[in-house]
Amino acid sequence: MAKAELMDYAKALEQFEVVIGLEVHVELNTNTKMFCGCANSFGDVPNTNVCPICIGLPGSLPAVNRKAVESSISIGLALGCSIAPTGRFARKNYFYPDLAKNFQTSQYDEPIAFEGSIDIEVPSGNVFTVQIERAHMEEDAGKLTHVGGSTGRIQGAEYSLVDYNRAGVPLVEIVTKPVYGAGAEAPELAAAYVRSIREIVKAMNVSDARMERGNVRCDANVSLRPHGQEKLGTRTETKNVNSLRSIERAVRYEIQRQAAILAKGGTITQETRHWHEDKGATSSGRPKSDADDYRYFPEPDLVPVQPSIELIESLRSQLPEKPSDRRKRLQAEWAFGDLEFRDVVNAGLMDQLEETVAAGAKPQAARKWWTGEIARVANAEDKDITELAITSADVADLAALVESGKINDRLAREVLTYVLAGEGSPSAIVANRGLEVVSDDGALIAAIEAALAKHGDVLAAIREGRMQAAGAVIGSVMQAMKGSADAGRVRELIIEMANK
Amino acid sequence: MTDYTRKSATELVALLQAGTVTSVELTQQFLDRIDAFNGVVNAYLHVSAESALATAAEVDRRRASGEALPKLAGLPIAVKDNLTTTDAPTTAGSKMLEGYVAAYDATVVKKLRDNLMPILGKTNLDEFAMGSSTENSAFGPTRNTWSLDRIPGGSGGGSAAAVGGYLAPLAIGSDTGGSIRFPASMTGTVGTKPTYGAVSRYGLIALASSLDQIGPVARSVADAALLQDVIAGHDPHDSTSLPNALDNMLAATENKSVAGLRIGVIKQLTGEGFQAGVQQRFDESIEALKAAGAQIVEVDCPSFEYAVAAYYLILPAEASSNLAKFDSVRFGLRVTPEGSPTIERVMAATREAGFGPEVKRRIILGTYALSSGYYDAYYGSAQKVRTLIQRDFAKAFEVADVLVSPTAPTTAFKLGEKVSDPIAMYLNDIATIPANLAGVPGISLPIGVAPEDGLPVGIQFLAPAMEDARLYQVGAALEEILEQKWGKTMLETGPDLATLVSEVK
Repeated sequence: MAKAELMDYAKALEQFEVVIGLEVHVELNTNTKMFCGCANSFGDVPNTNVCPICIGLPGSLPAVNRKAVESSISIGLALGCSIAPTGRFARKNYFYPDLAKNFQTSQYDEPIAFEGSIDIEVPSGNVFTVQIERAHMEEDAGKLTHVGGSTGRIQGAEYSLVDYNRAGVPLVEIVTKPVYGAGAEAPELAAAYVRSIREIVKAMNVSDARMERGNVRCDANVSLRPHGQEKLGTRTETKNVNSLRSIERAVRYEIQRQAAILAKGGTITQETRHWHEDKGATSSGRPKSDADDYRYFPEPDLVPVQPSIELIESLRSQLPEKPSDRRKRLQAEWAFGDLEFRDVVNAGLMDQLEETVAAGAKPQAARKWWTGEIARVANAEDKDITELAITSADVADLAALVESGKINDRLAREVLTYVLAGEGSPSAIVANRGLEVVSDDGALIAAIEAALAKHGDVLAAIREGRMQAAGAVIGSVMQAMKGSADAGRVRELIIEMANK
Repeated sequence: MTDYTRKSATELVALLQAGTVTSVELTQQFLDRIDAFNGVVNAYLHVSAESALATAAEVDRRRASGEALPKLAGLPIAVKDNLTTTDAPTTAGSKMLEGYVAAYDATVVKKLRDNLMPILGKTNLDEFAMGSSTENSAFGPTRNTWSLDRIPGGSGGGSAAAVGGYLAPLAIGSDTGGSIRFPASMTGTVGTKPTYGAVSRYGLIALASSLDQIGPVARSVADAALLQDVIAGHDPHDSTSLPNALDNMLAATENKSVAGLRIGVIKQLTGEGFQAGVQQRFDESIEALKAAGAQIVEVDCPSFEYAVAAYYLILPAEASSNLAKFDSVRFGLRVTPEGSPTIERVMAATREAGFGPEVKRRIILGTYALSSGYYDAYYGSAQKVRTLIQRDFAKAFEVADVLVSPTAPTTAFKLGEKVSDPIAMYLNDIATIPANLAGVPGISLPIGVAPEDGLPVGIQFLAPAMEDARLYQVGAALEEILEQKWGKTMLETGPDLATLVSEVK
């Protein structure tokens, strides 16, 4: 739908209530795959991490990865879910070339975790409770690359290549119940929810949680209904939304698109839709009806997973603190105002700040660097901040250099560009490039005396208590020394000279 | 030169250990017999003469150097062609896998290799083990070595005929609804379906995962026990394999007493529907056991009546999913249709060409049984029947230590006789199917020939899960009683294969 045909967002919300539902797939970072001993490793040469089991050779059988079960339980517990004392796997049967056995081993009516909830704060500060229906274990499919044709889709391709390295990688699918009442903030809520899931799985170290690698994938269901209507509207499921920003945009787009159709008396087709980041729009995928028949039945090659109470309690005791508790704690520890803190949260920089502070930086300094210059560079280069070649330790180092007066702000920004260019740690760069501020009093005194010659009455003014008079001299000194002077020391020296 | 092919496996183990015969000599004698008769019998789809002799030579060399070897080292064996092997094709009797050589050895095959047993070859079967006559093999039927115009039973007709025709001392079979026990009954041999999970299924091309069980095919109860002791045991590759190994069966065959043993005759599996000669031999066996001190009781298993119906929903359902992987993408047959070869069309054309009619019938049946809207009525109900059958067993085992029935309603029928009547074919397994649905162990052993046709009759004993030893105990006891009566083994009462083959030629 062309932009002009979309309904104005505010108008759409006046007319309709938005209901969303989110399905998040989390790829676990276990060493091996879900049902075999192959390495679970991203980016390797295609079809090198494969064996008879994950490519479904005749006679092979699955065996459940214990660590994957534990990670799944941990995710369930972190989402406040109950853990099933016994859970069978099931087979989801359909033919597709990325699915080696032509069935996916998944959980169907007996998910390992069910009935949880999580509080999600959106940028406005409003908090919504999202009910979790279930979290279940399943295996990923292989990766198809369609060659030839213009769309990169299977239709029109000359041939397709399959990489089974991803086949059998353990996934946890987290499904929410329908989320009502978010209104205009539904898109933000969707993104904030996925961000929370990312934070949780990352904090537990059960997933690398990198969206750009597909470690966390989100399918967003959106439906509209007239205010006051009880019956849910027809939903669409938008796939391929693999960044937080895309999730927000895609949900907003679907709201506007569906509203435009409904307002004209049209009907929404129940279907999967694809999000196109470049066009900022979704397009129709395949029709999806509840009658999709996957012929689920209990997986006879696996015995039910039966986690002991001891295991569950042991995993519960190892859970990291809840994201909302963590936020409260960090805001207090850092003594940030609400707005300052929200900036950090919305920029997704809590981990970085926490690490940077842990590495010795003052919270305000850490915040200044991450949400300021570093975020600016990431934005300018259109990159995720985690992709930049700078670590929390680097930022702490940089902050320490400024704090100790070895470099000033201007130099620090220069050092930062060298860090991002891969020249090493800030300390090493300062040493190698000789960027330290001049704190040799002799050189400074000479520069001050030269400056004083132009501003004769300054020392007298200072003696009279008019300290601001020093400003002009400091400015001249800094200019003369091309910024490499320690302004604080210059001020001290001027005062000393005045009081001599 | 002594003909060692007639010796039992138990005897051969002793002869090999004593150095009376070398493994190469023994293996060569079996290969010679295969060479002479397999053209007619078609028990083997593939003969691995070279690798069998290489293993045999290795055993002889190591034995000569005084090395301590596994007990069965040097004893040749045949393997059903639905178990993967890296040195011979694994076809599962299907065009879909013609010429396919697996990338790994099945756990059972690996165990045979670890025990240095020369593998003579891969035996014929109904396609993907679907059938009761071996006539569904894409590579032609196997013939019964008692009467060449008769079926050897199925699906493991190849293994049974190989053992019964002295083309192997032992063979590996797989039993989903009777595929070891029914052919044993048809060919006068012994076959055991151990407790579900006793033998790893890793590398067994799955038919119905919750029913499939690998087991021994042999000429005597002791020989079967000898083989179970080698192949049983937990396998981390098979989650459904039992943690405790049922691998001390030979010891059970040494106690040949049935005194005080409570034997339950299953009411539903005698009388009406069973051939007169089958019933007669069965009754005589029961009398003999009674005379030996066993306590005979009748047990009622009312749900067994629905076993075949439930089985033909559960099996096709699982098979329809297990066989989905045969899609031409990664291995096996690929048929590219004319016109634009989309993936769906290639898959469809391959499956159309590669699967035989019985396989297609069951895939369609299973797909239907699992379909949304029909699942509860078909697959769901079948699972309920399965539970009822398990309860019938549990109740019966309260009053009996083992249960007993004829293995099959009839003796071997003629090739082609039931090919066009699937229901009649399915009913051959009426007595064997309940054990698979309940996961309990069963053994079939020969109890003489039916007077009306001179063809072998088998008896089946069933025991509670994990109590395989009871089968070997009662089986060995009855076998001894019968062999004393006959003055020879069951197979020794049968016709000479060379004579039968010469008549065909």
